[in-house]
Amino acid sequence: MRKGLVSTAFALSMLGSAAMPSMAEDTLKIGYVDPLSGGGASIGQIGLDQLHFIADTVNAKGGVLGSKIEIIAYDNKLSPQASLVQVQKAIDEGVHIIVQGNGSAVAAAIENFVAKYNERNPGKDIVYLNYAAIDPILTNQSCSYWHFSWDANVDVKMEALTNFMKSRADIKKVYLIDQDYSFGHSVADAAMRMLKAKRPDIQIVGNEFHPLVKITDFSPYVAKIRASGADTVITGNWGQDLALLIKAAGDAGLKVNWYTFYAGGAGGPTAVKQANLPDQVFQVTEGVNNIDYTPAQETARAYMARHQSDPVFYPRMFNLTGMLFKAIEEAHSTDPGKFAPKLEGMKYATFSSGEEGIMRKQDHQFFQPLYISDFGPLNAKQPFDEEHTGWGWKVVAQIPVKDTVTTTTCKMTHSE
Amino acid sequence: MVEIVLISALDGVLYGMLLFLMASGLTVIFSMMGVLNFAHASFYMLGAFFGFQISRYLGFWAGLVAAPLLVGGLGTVVERYGLRKVHRHGHVAELLFTFGLAFVIEDLVEMVWGKLPVDYRVPPSLDFPAFTIFSGNYPAFKVFELLTAIAIFAALLLVVKRTRVGLIVQAALSHPDMVGMLGHNVDRIFMLVFGVGAGLAAVAGVIAGPALVTQSNMAGLLGPILFVVVVVGGLGSLSGAFLASLLIGLVQTFAVASNASLAGAFGDLVPSGWLQAYVGDIWNVTVAQVAPILPYLLLVLILIFRPRGLMGTRES
Repeated sequence: MRKGLVSTAFALSMLGSAAMPSMAEDTLKIGYVDPLSGGGASIGQIGLDQLHFIADTVNAKGGVLGSKIEIIAYDNKLSPQASLVQVQKAIDEGVHIIVQGNGSAVAAAIENFVAKYNERNPGKDIVYLNYAAIDPILTNQSCSYWHFSWDANVDVKMEALTNFMKSRADIKKVYLIDQDYSFGHSVADAAMRMLKAKRPDIQIVGNEFHPLVKITDFSPYVAKIRASGADTVITGNWGQDLALLIKAAGDAGLKVNWYTFYAGGAGGPTAVKQANLPDQVFQVTEGVNNIDYTPAQETARAYMARHQSDPVFYPRMFNLTGMLFKAIEEAHSTDPGKFAPKLEGMKYATFSSGEEGIMRKQDHQFFQPLYISDFGPLNAKQPFDEEHTGWGWKVVAQIPVKDTVTTTTCKMTHSE
Repeated sequence: MVEIVLISALDGVLYGMLLFLMASGLTVIFSMMGVLNFAHASFYMLGAFFGFQISRYLGFWAGLVAAPLLVGGLGTVVERYGLRKVHRHGHVAELLFTFGLAFVIEDLVEMVWGKLPVDYRVPPSLDFPAFTIFSGNYPAFKVFELLTAIAIFAALLLVVKRTRVGLIVQAALSHPDMVGMLGHNVDRIFMLVFGVGAGLAAVAGVIAGPALVTQSNMAGLLGPILFVVVVVGGLGSLSGAFLASLLIGLVQTFAVASNASLAGAFGDLVPSGWLQAYVGDIWNVTVAQVAPILPYLLLVLILIFRPRGLMGTRES
């Protein structure tokens, strides 16, 4: 018995060392810090799958500057405190590139941490690449040289949504429901401000905040929306907060139009289909699969062949990694201190349509074409459905880069 | 307005009944054995996952019957070979044992089913609107959840009040030592109660799983609320647990439905005062926003003003 235990322990420890990330110096390590358990896991896992897919594709072609890419995942449980512990752990393990996206509160904490770390450790620079957190504060008041942001921020997205909504005369009463943290409040504030300016006749009949990824039954909220008499809901909800909200609306038979940022995320399409809301759910994103652009569609097909059960897709992750690798190659260095200047002002053919986007030097915000799409039954020219529902995203409006540019209050010190 | 009140009442009672399915087991185990079972919500989670797995092969109804039996069996095994051994070393050891067990179960669930939510569907035979109130539908599955919970409550009440086993359990609730002295096999009663408690939690898991989200953090989300129910209801009282469950269910749903805030009640603060800077946030926050912490507020108040709980029969 004892002998058995010893050999088991030995076997386990061998297993452990085999599973440890290899410490070889010739890989380019990218640390992915996002929720991989708990309420945000469904979203965090997709970003990780996609990073692995990109790394494998690039590695098959020989890697970047001859070194292979290694993705190391760190579960931050969507908590700012846990994220800082994980970022520190990543740095200790030799990671210089941190990728994170979910939760603007997390993003703000990491942005601040990385800036301070680089100040205290000259010559050991860390760069933070943000693929999804879009609270405007990240590229305004609290902007940092070591932070780059790839998704359009809340103000830009809301500007696009409200420009589209402005011409729809059937919108009379709008209900706002958002997650109760910095990002949700930014969305609600922007919606109020812009609707008031563009359509003063629209009545805002509710402005609700609920706890982030803690609600499992949204039916009390749906009852409230119905009682308000709203015909339209605007929400910045993402992940399970969006999927469950729409699911509860479907259960209660609430028929309103939904204007969202993230209905395309994990579980969203399934919930919309189950709630039977054809062409009533809109989202604003940097691209959808049914844009007729062959390179993007081919990549999407390859990805979906590999992740059949979880076929959701973020184009912004491709823009982020593509630009990162380009900057590293231009700088001939994997040192963030050397390649970060190359990212500033970089022009890049965006993944979804090939149209050119630009990383603004002033605040490190990426500007790109945006698309408003609605979700419903497809025609022959729209080959991509979502989550095997038979329905897909169809572009209803396109916003060129020049119309997405906003002003910034950011004053950062650029490296010389 | 009437619509919101009606729907909130229905939802609140439903949530309360689900809480009671779990809290009933927890409160009986706590009162009889003195063990605050941290792993109780984990049995609820196991119920949901077992139910999901069985439903994929044999359908939802088979899951509803088999999953609680399996989890109940698991509960008795845990009691017989885990808790009973640890019991000799006192309550702290038992507490730590259940505390660790909760983590072990969560990790096992993550290993088997992953960290993402599983696709646990409402059975097609119950996937329709049961009735329409005002302009909204009320899903049939929710009505089914409610009826199941009420049926189990009635059955439990019958067993406890009308059978010999119930008599001994009741006696053991308030005077566990005396029951042992009288020659009853207290060990076996403990095992039985633990198993039934785990099974009841699993029933809650099977019927809540499709309606809510079935994923590995669902135990963590519900666990703390259960302790609130037990404390508010009072030690050694099933009816107390019932009352507390309903109370907490209703408080939470009605709080969400409410838009009241201090600003709404007393008018806006004078802008630009020092008062605005310090209490502005608290002044403007709505009851709906603080809904999730209300049960814990209740917990604190009860502990201060009525430490034995609403219907508690003894102090410790």
